[in-house]
Amino acid sequence: METKNIMIVGVGGQGSLLASKLLGRLLVNEGYDVKVSEVHGMSQRGGSVVTYVRYGEKVYSPIVDKGEADFIISFEKLEAARYAPYLKPGGKIIVNSQEIDPMPVITGAMEYPHEALEKLSAKGVDVDCIDALTPALEAGSAKATNIVLMGRLSKYMDIEATKWEEAIRQSVAPKFVEMNLKAFGLGRK
Amino acid sequence: MKKLMLGNEATARGFYEAGCKVVSSYPGTPSTEITEYAAKYDEIYCEWAPNEKVALEVAFGASLAGARAAACMKHVGLNVAADPLFTLSYTGINGGLVVCVADDPGMHSSQNEQDSRHYAIAAKLPMLEPSDSREAKEFAKAAFEISEKFDTPTLFRTCTRIAHSQCSVELAEPEVKELKTYEKSPKKYIMAPANAIGRHPVVEERTRALIDFAETTALNRAEYAKDSSLGIITSGTSYQYVKEIYGDSVSVLKLGLVNPLPEKLITDFAAAHERVVVIEELDPVIENHCKALGLKVDGKNIFPICGEFSQSLIARVMGKEEKAFTASDDVIPVRPPVMCAGCPHRGLFYVLAKKKITVLGDIGCYTLGMAPPLSAIDSVLCMGASVSGTHGFNKARGAESEKKTVAVIGDSTFMHSGMTGLANIAYNGTNSTVIIVDNSITGMTGHQQNPTTGYNIKGDPATKIDLEALCRALGIKRVRVVDPYDLKSTEAVIMEEIAAEEPSVIISRRPCALLKYVKHSPALVVDTDKCRSCKACMRIGCPAISMKDGKAYIDATQCVGCNVCKQLCAFDAIGGNE
Repeated sequence: METKNIMIVGVGGQGSLLASKLLGRLLVNEGYDVKVSEVHGMSQRGGSVVTYVRYGEKVYSPIVDKGEADFIISFEKLEAARYAPYLKPGGKIIVNSQEIDPMPVITGAMEYPHEALEKLSAKGVDVDCIDALTPALEAGSAKATNIVLMGRLSKYMDIEATKWEEAIRQSVAPKFVEMNLKAFGLGRK
Repeated sequence: MKKLMLGNEATARGFYEAGCKVVSSYPGTPSTEITEYAAKYDEIYCEWAPNEKVALEVAFGASLAGARAAACMKHVGLNVAADPLFTLSYTGINGGLVVCVADDPGMHSSQNEQDSRHYAIAAKLPMLEPSDSREAKEFAKAAFEISEKFDTPTLFRTCTRIAHSQCSVELAEPEVKELKTYEKSPKKYIMAPANAIGRHPVVEERTRALIDFAETTALNRAEYAKDSSLGIITSGTSYQYVKEIYGDSVSVLKLGLVNPLPEKLITDFAAAHERVVVIEELDPVIENHCKALGLKVDGKNIFPICGEFSQSLIARVMGKEEKAFTASDDVIPVRPPVMCAGCPHRGLFYVLAKKKITVLGDIGCYTLGMAPPLSAIDSVLCMGASVSGTHGFNKARGAESEKKTVAVIGDSTFMHSGMTGLANIAYNGTNSTVIIVDNSITGMTGHQQNPTTGYNIKGDPATKIDLEALCRALGIKRVRVVDPYDLKSTEAVIMEEIAAEEPSVIISRRPCALLKYVKHSPALVVDTDKCRSCKACMRIGCPAISMKDGKAYIDATQCVGCNVCKQLCAFDAIGGNE
């Protein structure tokens, strides 16, 4: 099979590391060769963060490049628009409808492009914009937004829900398993 | 058993399996997690040293004592450790000694993009370079073997994409390594001139032996394809990008031992191909070696020296078709890292910016004080340069500058290399003001302990260096402590100390807002009836504050109730957590 590529993008501190840990675990369980790549360092400091997950028979490069991503999972709208060029033609963007102003917007130096995703849709890009925060709160915490998005992603990937749930149990601390399973279920609905 | 592992985690696993006993390091992205993972093995003693020079000398001592030992650092840390490194090349080792250095092509979190391979050449040391986590573990073990076989420290080079990428690693049982016998050997370990003169030829002989080793070691691997029109010589992460594009369709000479480089292996590979291209990030090290061998190769004539590579960059340069994509037509604002909501550094930098004070900055989270809207920093060079640089600035400009210039340095950075600069201020006499931003942790690299925090790498209680007493002992009589959440008193103390006719230290003290033990106050709320939309609260660049429907708005999920913005509001519009 051809190597598949997933990107997880967002703002530092939003929980992309857990999402990539879950995906990595799931895909290893499925028997794929997997590479997960992330840049640490400034990531707690509210900057734009990106994680690459690649899987297939044999994966070489740890990174995903422009025009290569099968899926882009974004925790925030602006970040989805920023990384849209990484999407492969025919790929899908799954994005949480939250907007977080970056510093140039806060200082008034630049405008937040509120309509950027609608315009990308109009150009033929497959954008699935959902409110992942409300189901996360329903599951028990805003921090479960990442797992709601993973639930949404699971609908488009050919891996059984039980396998995802097993990977969730293996990836989060025991006391958070129930909450995350609930968040996953709500995202998958 | 197989496990998905970060390159850094795999390197630590390699230490463990090699029977390494001592690891001493200073944190630095992207190298930090090697030592954090190593500390999880009870069999390895691990520590955060005050700086990389100390770390390498600790590792030297452990090696001298007969243990396998390692020191880990980022590329600029190797500059700090360069002094022991060059002479360790002469002494050689007793127990195996590995020096890990993580480069940062693309400068994800560094102040320069230096290529550490030059250190291997200059210090005449073998250097290994893995291309993924699996190799990181195997090469870490090989690095100890080479160290002991050739009586040399071994450099182990990674980069961000190796250090912070995960792939499956096969785990093995650890070797049991007894301490080697320690015997006094002055001619080998006392590098006074008479002995060092005797050791230099030993180093040259060792390099010749290592070149022979490079010709045959499995660390270097020629993968021949049927097509002989193109041969690629590469190493590290570039190898993965090359394989991503070409698979097995072209011949690749993959070099795992990147210093010293083989001669016959490369010459034979080149002779078997019509065109040879060297693909390496940063400087043309392999390429220059090829050219010195009289080979005609392409390299930096077609590839960039600056920045990281990727599969698409290599495809483009090699004339392959680029992949199609769709970009947004909107202008996408950048999202630079910012000081967190509630960051204790914010209040300090607000005061410094307001008073238009010249600030020589340093390396850490507080470097972010450079960013708008605060724009409070004038220079950032390297660890410790704020303190020594301020002294030089004031010597050049005199009393006029002493009254409006300060150094700003973090607690960990001060212990790393700020102390000597402060001793110089006291000894050589400027009325300089040094502000130590003490957030009780090494913040930027992800919360590592340091000598001022009172805890060691395992989180166990340790001797806590008293910063006030230390500064006084270094000859500074005026030592003040302020709370940077209190803007008024912070400003008053800064103005008093820069006016003082003697050197002074201000310790701006409050723990990092992200520390788990720090209790946060409830989020602040804007009273929209009182808000006059003057945007005074936005001058501090807090990510929790924005304008919504013409009025200031505070995001309750981010705000930690630090009250700094509240002190700026002239209309009493911010409150709600009293």
